[in-house]
Amino acid sequence: MIDKAMIISIIFKKLRDAFTDLLPIIIVIAFFQIVVLQQSLPQMGEVLFGALLVVLGLSLFVQGLEMGLFPIGEAMAQALARKGSLFWLLCFAFALGFSTTVAEPALIAVAAEAAKIAGQGGLIDPSPDSLKQYAFGLRMSVAFSVGLAILIGVIRIIRGWPIHYLIIGGYVIVMLMTIIAPKEIIGIAYDAGGVTTSTITVPLVAALGVGLASTIRGRSPLVDGFGLIAFASLLPMIFVMGYGLIIFG
Amino acid sequence: MEFISDFGVILLATCRDVLPIIVLITFFQLLVLRQPIPHLRRLVVGGVYVVIGLALFLAGLEKALFPLGKIMASQLSDPVFIYGTSEVVEQADWKAYGWVYLFAAMIGFATTIAEPSLIAVAFKASEVSAGTIKQWGLRITVAVGVAFGISLGTFRIVTGTPLYLYILVGYLIVVVQTLFAPKSIIALAYDSGGVTTSTVTVPLVAALGLGLASTVPGRNPALDGFGLIAFASLCPIITVMGYAQFMQWFTQRKK
Repeated sequence: MIDKAMIISIIFKKLRDAFTDLLPIIIVIAFFQIVVLQQSLPQMGEVLFGALLVVLGLSLFVQGLEMGLFPIGEAMAQALARKGSLFWLLCFAFALGFSTTVAEPALIAVAAEAAKIAGQGGLIDPSPDSLKQYAFGLRMSVAFSVGLAILIGVIRIIRGWPIHYLIIGGYVIVMLMTIIAPKEIIGIAYDAGGVTTSTITVPLVAALGVGLASTIRGRSPLVDGFGLIAFASLLPMIFVMGYGLIIFG
Repeated sequence: MEFISDFGVILLATCRDVLPIIVLITFFQLLVLRQPIPHLRRLVVGGVYVVIGLALFLAGLEKALFPLGKIMASQLSDPVFIYGTSEVVEQADWKAYGWVYLFAAMIGFATTIAEPSLIAVAFKASEVSAGTIKQWGLRITVAVGVAFGISLGTFRIVTGTPLYLYILVGYLIVVVQTLFAPKSIIALAYDSGGVTTSTVTVPLVAALGLGLASTVPGRNPALDGFGLIAFASLCPIITVMGYAQFMQWFTQRKK
C-alpha cells in the first residue's frame, strides 16, 4: 500500500523541482524588464498562467522520463545486444536517428529558412517549387546524417573506439568543408548540428548508449555509453555543407 | 477557449513527434525481438506523462516566455535604446551593446537550466557515475558554457567577424583539452554540446540573433543572423572539460 500523504509529497517535490528549474528565467526577465528597460510587464496574468503551465509540464515530463522513456530505451538496447544480431541493432540505431529527426519541427523551420536565403542569394532558382525541393533535400540529408551518426556511435560502443579520434576527425572535415562550401550555407550548417536532437530523442538515445555499454563486457557506461548525441550534432554539419556543395557546385 | 484549441494543436504536434518512436519500438519488440514489452502499463503511463508534460511545457512557453523574450530581444537591440538617439548610425560601435551581451549571457544560462534534454542527460550521467557527477554541477557548468557562447555570439554579430574563425578556435581548444581532460568525462562533455539547444533555447536565441542582425547597422540577417546555436553547442564542451580538469587538479593538489 502506498500512503496517500507520500504521493502528495512526491508530487509536491516534483513541482518544486520544476519551479527551481524555471526560476532563473523568471529572474532574468524580471531584472531586464524592471531595471534595464524600465517597463511594466505586458499581460501579467497571461504570463503567470503560462509559467504555471511550464512548471506543471516540466514536472510531468521528468516523471514520464523516469517511468517510460528511460526504461524502454535501456531494455531495448539490452535485448538487442543479447540477441547478438549486429544487423538488427544497427537497423534500430539508424531508424531511431532518422525517424525522430525527419519530422522534427525545428528542422523543418530551419530548412525552410535556409531555402529562402538560398533563393534570395541567387544560389538556386527562387520559384516556390524549387525552394520546396531544396528544403526537402536539406531535411532528408540531415535526417540521414543523424541516422548514420547514431549507427556509427553504436559501432563505436561495440568496438570500444576512443571517441575523441572520431570527433576530432569530424572537426577536421567540418573545417575543410567550410573552406570550400558557399558562405551562405555555413551559418545554417553549423546551426543544423544543434537543432537536430529533439527533447524526446535525447533521453532515448542516451538510454540506448548507456544500456548498450552496460550490457557489453568491458565497456563502461560513463566512458562508452555517452557520445551518441555528439555524433548526431556533428555529422549534420558535414552533410548540410556537402548538400550545399552538390546543389550549388 | 482559444487556449484550449492552441493546446490541442501543440498536443497533436507532440503526438506526431512521438509516433515514429512508438512505431519503431513496437516493430522491434514484436517482429525482431518477439517478446512482449516489459512493464507495459508503467511504460504507457510514462509515455502519456511525457507527451502531456511536453505539450503543457511548450504551450506555457508560447503563452508566457517566447513573446516576452522576443519583445525584450528587439527592445534591447533597438538603436534608440543603444545609442540614445534615433539617428541612423553608420558604423556599429561594439562597446555600446553591453546590455545585449549581458542579456544574451543571462538568457542563455537561464534557458539552459530549464532545458528538458539537459535534465534527462544530467539524470543519466549522475545515475551512471554513481553520484560522482552531480546533476546540478553538470547543469550549471553547461549553462555557464551556453551563457558565454551566446554572449560571444552576439559580440560576433555586432562586430561582423566571420563565424568560422570562432568555431575554428573553439575546436582547437576542444582538441587541446581532450588531450589533458580525464578520460571518463570526454564523451559526456561532447554530448553536452548537443543537448543544450532544443525546445527552450533555440526559439529565444534565434529571435535574438535575427533581431540583432537586422538592427545592427551593416549586418545582413541571412549571413550574420545564424550561428548563435553553433556557439551554444560548442562552448559547453569547453566548460564541462574545463570543470573536470579543474576538479582533477584540485583533488591532486589536496593530496
